[in-house]
Amino acid sequence: MEQLMEYSLLATFFLYLIAGVTFVAAMTGKGTEEEKEAHVVRWGRRGLIFAMIGAVLHVVFTVTRIFLSGHFPTSNMFEFTAFLCFAIVAAFIVIFSIYRTVALGAFVMPLAVIMLAYASVFPREVKPLIPALQSHWLGIHVTTAALGEGALAVGFVAGLIYLIRWADSHPNSRTAAYLEVVMAVILMVVAFVVLSFTFSGLDYHASFKHTVDEQEVVQEYSMPPIVGPSGGEAIQVQPFLGMERPLFDAPAWMEGEKAANKLNTVLWSVFSGLVLYGLLRLILRKRIYESMVPMVKNMDMELMDEISYRAIAIGYPVFTLGALIFAMIWAHEAWGRFWGWDPKEVWALITWLFYSAYLHLRLSRGWHGLKSSWMAVGGFVIIMLNLIAINLVLAGLHSYA
Amino acid sequence: MKNTKCGCGHNNPVGTILCEYCGKPLQEEENTDRPLEMRYEGKARRSQTQKRTVLDRVWNFFSSVKVAIYLIVITLLASILGTVFPQEGQIPSGRPDVYYAQEYGFWGDLYYQLGLSDMYSSWWYISLLAMIGISLVICSLDRVVPLYQALRRQKVTKNTAFITRQRASRTLQVSEEEKDPLLDRLAESLSKKRYNIRREGDSILAEKGRFSRWGPYINHIGLIIFLLGTLMRLIPGWHLDEAVYVREGETKKLPELNYYVKNEKAIAELYDEKENRQQASKDQPIVKKYETQVVLYEKDPETDQLERVESGPILVNEPLKYKDLLLYQADFQPNQTEAIRLSVKDKETDEKLGSFWIDLYDPEMNYEVKDGVEVQIMDYFPDFVMDGNRPTTKSEVPNRPAFIFKVTSPEEEKAEKSWMIAGTDLDDLHRDNRYKMELEKLKTVNMSGLMVRIDKSLPIIFLGLGIFMVGLSIGLFWYHRRVWIRWKEGTLYLGAHTNKNWFGLRRELEQATAAADLPFSFSPEKR
Ligand code: HEM
Repeated sequence: MEQLMEYSLLATFFLYLIAGVTFVAAMTGKGTEEEKEAHVVRWGRRGLIFAMIGAVLHVVFTVTRIFLSGHFPTSNMFEFTAFLCFAIVAAFIVIFSIYRTVALGAFVMPLAVIMLAYASVFPREVKPLIPALQSHWLGIHVTTAALGEGALAVGFVAGLIYLIRWADSHPNSRTAAYLEVVMAVILMVVAFVVLSFTFSGLDYHASFKHTVDEQEVVQEYSMPPIVGPSGGEAIQVQPFLGMERPLFDAPAWMEGEKAANKLNTVLWSVFSGLVLYGLLRLILRKRIYESMVPMVKNMDMELMDEISYRAIAIGYPVFTLGALIFAMIWAHEAWGRFWGWDPKEVWALITWLFYSAYLHLRLSRGWHGLKSSWMAVGGFVIIMLNLIAINLVLAGLHSYA
Repeated sequence: MKNTKCGCGHNNPVGTILCEYCGKPLQEEENTDRPLEMRYEGKARRSQTQKRTVLDRVWNFFSSVKVAIYLIVITLLASILGTVFPQEGQIPSGRPDVYYAQEYGFWGDLYYQLGLSDMYSSWWYISLLAMIGISLVICSLDRVVPLYQALRRQKVTKNTAFITRQRASRTLQVSEEEKDPLLDRLAESLSKKRYNIRREGDSILAEKGRFSRWGPYINHIGLIIFLLGTLMRLIPGWHLDEAVYVREGETKKLPELNYYVKNEKAIAELYDEKENRQQASKDQPIVKKYETQVVLYEKDPETDQLERVESGPILVNEPLKYKDLLLYQADFQPNQTEAIRLSVKDKETDEKLGSFWIDLYDPEMNYEVKDGVEVQIMDYFPDFVMDGNRPTTKSEVPNRPAFIFKVTSPEEEKAEKSWMIAGTDLDDLHRDNRYKMELEKLKTVNMSGLMVRIDKSLPIIFLGLGIFMVGLSIGLFWYHRRVWIRWKEGTLYLGAHTNKNWFGLRRELEQATAAADLPFSFSPEKR
């Protein structure tokens, strides 16, 4: 059973990867217009089949995990992020069945791959539920919210494609510049995932002791220390490329139990992301988004705008139901109040307000197209902040870590 | 405002964009082919026609979508501020004035001083929400009536400029003889696509999904009901949020209510090795459940008797319900010392004289030990601390019980005084005492923290949310589509409008026209 679970997850990962490659291949056909069109259709169909088999295996993974643990797997960071990945793929399949836009797959599937890889960085073992999570609302609330977020993520991807097309014809615009920033940030996330796997593969360890509120605490590092805890003392540091001690100490106010370690991880991700970005620029000899232009050259911009809007119009009610209404029902049952201004709750509200503003702005002229696409990107950034920053940095009732 | 009399002879109210009768654009230069402004069917709203009094100004302010968007965005930004540091309700301290400065330094203190640490109940945040509420009411009233009228009074025959300036539109030369069969075929094929068809001379109006236009109004009404529901909690007696701690075996009155709750048993259960499959030895055991078995009593106001009204277990996620009252498992404190057993020893004979129980919550004053030896409690500090050099108690909970005893014996002239703090006899203080107290046994029980909640507006709140969801679904999953067709002087005009999902509309039009032997393409690039 456990084997089945592990293997189905692994297979899911590779199928998503293959689907992504297939979609990219579909968009880069050669020959006459007609040959190209036939190429897109043929390879697009194959990509979809891979994506669908991947999604089915993802379901197999989820179901075996339910059998093993006795609860719906949305109870920690790994489980939730993996499910969010599934939601993105599911939303993509739905949108694809309406619009048949192969280019969308060339972006959504790589996003799904990054998502699943990011999920796998977190501890994966099956843990029994603490009493606060023992409720069927755990599954209902979190899955509905994630499915909504999946559709919103597809809206983000369509917006991104719109922006790439737009920047292509306005290479000196601010949009082009900011688009590169978006690409660099995505590379930082990729760098984080790669680093996490590399160092855990190398079995890297370092630990420091320092005092917090007059109590001695030990911080375990999983990446070589660029930055050490303020006033910390090394207990044991595995040398890495000649790095044997932190280059500098964290500022004194960052005294939280794991603050220095988190800062260290962020620094690693940012630096390696930038290095990765630089390398790619050197290899491609043009901006990152420019190298994606050939894949989206034939996309109709008005259609992309509509797909982005449509995906958000589908995601918004589902997100509202899951992240706000079901959340309120559960909060009422578990804590006797349907709303408590917990950071996680507030960020769900912020996401919701953001997309409400988006829908209202779409009612007015001048907000379609460029601005609207940027908002689709912004909304997804908020969702990711919610997932990454709020869960890991701001503690709350909900924090999974 | 310019003249609003349309060429067709209809007199429109000031502010009208498209003639109410024939749809002809009224306010723009006529020879452009920019798609038309189709919001509210081009009808004038109150906010555009009345601009004189203060009331009009307020009305206009709150009915503007632009203002609504500003309100939403300001609320959004403000909400972010509140998550920078934890709110007062979430800090592990009852002293926010010192906590923020201590924990987060200067910025923390500033945060507290600015009132951001309790932001969501501040007057300005509540005002923001209230303004959104007012805006919701006014904007809906401002629009729903004109929209309703415009949609009900639609005319089938439209001005040709109105048709050609729709986002999806086509024209075709069609001769007089061909036109009737063609119009018939179009009506038929659109009808097969579930459009409602109205025909008038050489014009067709095909329409479907009009109800989806009410979606936004329904969802706004849901939001208004929700906001009213949250306001209603201010009605006295509609909302209660308290907590009680009850030890096993104890019966306690619920704050502000005429109910009493008895804790029959409180249990915490851990997962065993088998269930916690991955539990390595270094992991802490994981709690499987917290449960309190309670009996709820109501006090009869006349006889003062407690009447049992409800009983059962309370678990996390499974509160006990009785009428409006809800009791939640919120906290569990195991092994609270409830009573101690002390023994008295005669140091001269090294003989144990006897022992007695002291109830830490309700101690008796005198204890007879043996042969006339008596212990008297002179002073008792359940939660002992020194305040300067004066002993005192922090609370009524026996976290650190301290006693001053007086021991009298027929064999001693003078009574002896002795101290005992948290079970330790401070023998050193009074070395020449003859009698020594010793802690023999503890009696511990589990204590449950229960939340006591009443929220009578919950049904209203969830009704509002339900209506909101219904409105959202209607408005976002269904679309209002209209197709205008008109034959005039040898030309067939076809124009279509939808409030969303143009892709679907275009595909539908292509299928419907193809079925009527009219091979129109509606894809935007081939326009
Ligand atoms: C947080 C509060 C609000 C939420 C969640 C909300 C939600 C929505 C949604 C989902 C729609 C449908 C959008 C669409 O069909 O694309 C909508 C439409 C609309 N909203 Fe709101 N709204 C809010 C506040 C307001 C306020 C304060 C106003 C006041 C001016 C307003 C005015 C409108 C208007 C005029 C429409 C378009 C109606 C139509 O299409 O006929 N909304 N709203």
